[in-house]
Amino acid sequence: MTRVAIVGAGPAGIRAAAALVEAGIRPVLLDEAARPGGQGYRTPSPGLDLDMAALMGSEAGHHARLHGLFAAIHDRVDYRPETLVWAVDGRTLHVATQGRAGMVAFDALLLATGATDRVVPCPGWTKPGVFTLGGAQAILKDQGCFIGRRVAFVGSSPLLLLAALQYQSLGAHVAAVVDTTPFGAKLAALPGLAASPRTLRRGIAYRTKLRAAGIPVHDGAAPVAIEGRDGVEGVRLRHGAREWTIACDAVALGHGLKPETQLADLAGAQFAYDPVFRQWLPETDADGRAGPSLYLAGDGAAIGGAYAAEASGTLAAAALLADHGRPQPKATLRRLRQEVARLRRFQRGLARAFAWPAGQAAALPDDATLCRCEGITAGEVRRAMAQPLGPREVNRVKAITRVGMGRCQGRICGPALADIVAAAAGLDHAAVGRLRGQAPVKPIPLALGAEPAG
Amino acid sequence: MKNVQAGVGQFVPAVRRHGAPIRITVDGEALDARAGDSILAAVLLRRRALRRHEFGGELRAGFCLMGACQDCWVWLDRERRVRACTTTVTEGMRIDLDAPDEEPASFD
Ligand SMILES: Cc1cc2nc3c(=O)[nH]c(=O)nc-3n(C[C@H](O)[C@H](O)[C@H](O)COP(=O)(O)OP(=O)(O)OC[C@H]3O[C@@H](n4cnc5c(N)ncnc54)[C@H](O)[C@@H]3O)c2cc1C
Repeated sequence: MTRVAIVGAGPAGIRAAAALVEAGIRPVLLDEAARPGGQGYRTPSPGLDLDMAALMGSEAGHHARLHGLFAAIHDRVDYRPETLVWAVDGRTLHVATQGRAGMVAFDALLLATGATDRVVPCPGWTKPGVFTLGGAQAILKDQGCFIGRRVAFVGSSPLLLLAALQYQSLGAHVAAVVDTTPFGAKLAALPGLAASPRTLRRGIAYRTKLRAAGIPVHDGAAPVAIEGRDGVEGVRLRHGAREWTIACDAVALGHGLKPETQLADLAGAQFAYDPVFRQWLPETDADGRAGPSLYLAGDGAAIGGAYAAEASGTLAAAALLADHGRPQPKATLRRLRQEVARLRRFQRGLARAFAWPAGQAAALPDDATLCRCEGITAGEVRRAMAQPLGPREVNRVKAITRVGMGRCQGRICGPALADIVAAAAGLDHAAVGRLRGQAPVKPIPLALGAEPAG
Repeated sequence: MKNVQAGVGQFVPAVRRHGAPIRITVDGEALDARAGDSILAAVLLRRRALRRHEFGGELRAGFCLMGACQDCWVWLDRERRVRACTTTVTEGMRIDLDAPDEEPASFD
């Protein structure tokens, strides 16, 4: 029997597992999280008075169906939670479970690793009380907590409005929503958003509700600095010539999502630059094939949202089955391809409406921290580049300045680093390269002195 | 570490937690948590920050809250490094915020 390993138990990974189970395969489903569901559709920790249906709002049905599906297939899947996959080596995954090392052999690998927040740093962003936008949602769903008493939601993302509304509906004080993309730019992106009118209407409804609750929504303003002595006391904003400060004790910062592609990189996927997302994305065919016996699905392949994640998970599993001697009905494949393509088209529209503020990243002041792991400033990068024969490519800059080499391995600073390097080198963003994935893709939480098995 | 010790938390409960009371220690100081809490939630519900940054000593409280940034590392029983945001508290858990001297070299 074909040994299939799936990494990621979010919407994409769960759908893929279900399709394989239906075909009589028992996949290994690995996830470093303790509970299934992935990022947006996560399972709260036990013992919370959290009404997930209310919190998920219009997604409640999808959330409940996905978890129902997982429960139904649970005993036909080799589900291994709290298991980090830290390397891919040929047909072997290297894993770590609660400090213990192990290996998983596979014939086919399906990566459904999802996405994490992409952020533009600003002065003061390392203060306690500044968290990612996704983190602000994650801590609410996972732990039933708000990130602060007066929270400002700052960045460029459709999830700003959603998160602010989730906080507001549960009784948090939302200080403001600050979206760096001017309203005109959003209007210009409208035609691209027609691919999913339902989601578009939902976004407009979020705005109306926030406004009705008296929460200021600023379009086109950018953070100058996050202020405060030991913690957050306010966020200073600029819009044109106007500067002002909003009082708050927490900031949720987010500028869209970025696929977790390090494992795909190690498994041999090719990458291509995408000018709309301003990201290097793994190349796949329409079904998610990224190489021999390598399949990618969900946000880890291309940001598409939870619906696209589910459909692409089913589709990638169908491709895997077809490639391993189990032809799939043509009509099913066609329908799934169309759905995935439509939903991802919509996300491209969103990426235009909520653009990554490249200029803001490139203009990060010299004394502002760029690499929060090791406390390296934007100025240190610029100075290293200004040396005779200084580096002009991100991996070279990393080797010399250590930005991107710390604990997060460039997950947090990588996108801003690319813009700073491009601006300092006078090169196009696409020309400065991409940080290559390296094993271990995350620091391995092995116990001191423990030897990796095998 | 005045702010770190302050009785007021950075996080605020949005809903009630029913889990059983759990006692943990952080740098030797007892801290009340509840079953189901992550280490980070247990600490930040009661303090404004988690730890001091190893380069420069500024206060930090984690950042991504989903296991990506590694800004919330703490040590269990002085022998195992874990992320506070993704590790659940257990009774008697002994947490240290700084690495023991024999921390292995970094991973680059
Ligand atoms: C923080 C965040 C909040 C969101 N909130 C909402 C929301 O409120 N409503 C909404 O509709 N949509 C939301 N979204 C969007 C939606 O949740 C995503 O589009 C959807 O979750 C994508 O599903 P996925 O299966 O591709 O990946 P994910 O759901 O991200 O799941 C990926 C899984 O892979 C695991 N993983 C990754 N790498 C490894 C590894 N190396 N080893 C082991 N496991 C690994 C992760 O632990 C994770 O569980 C949110 C997205 C994010 C990132």
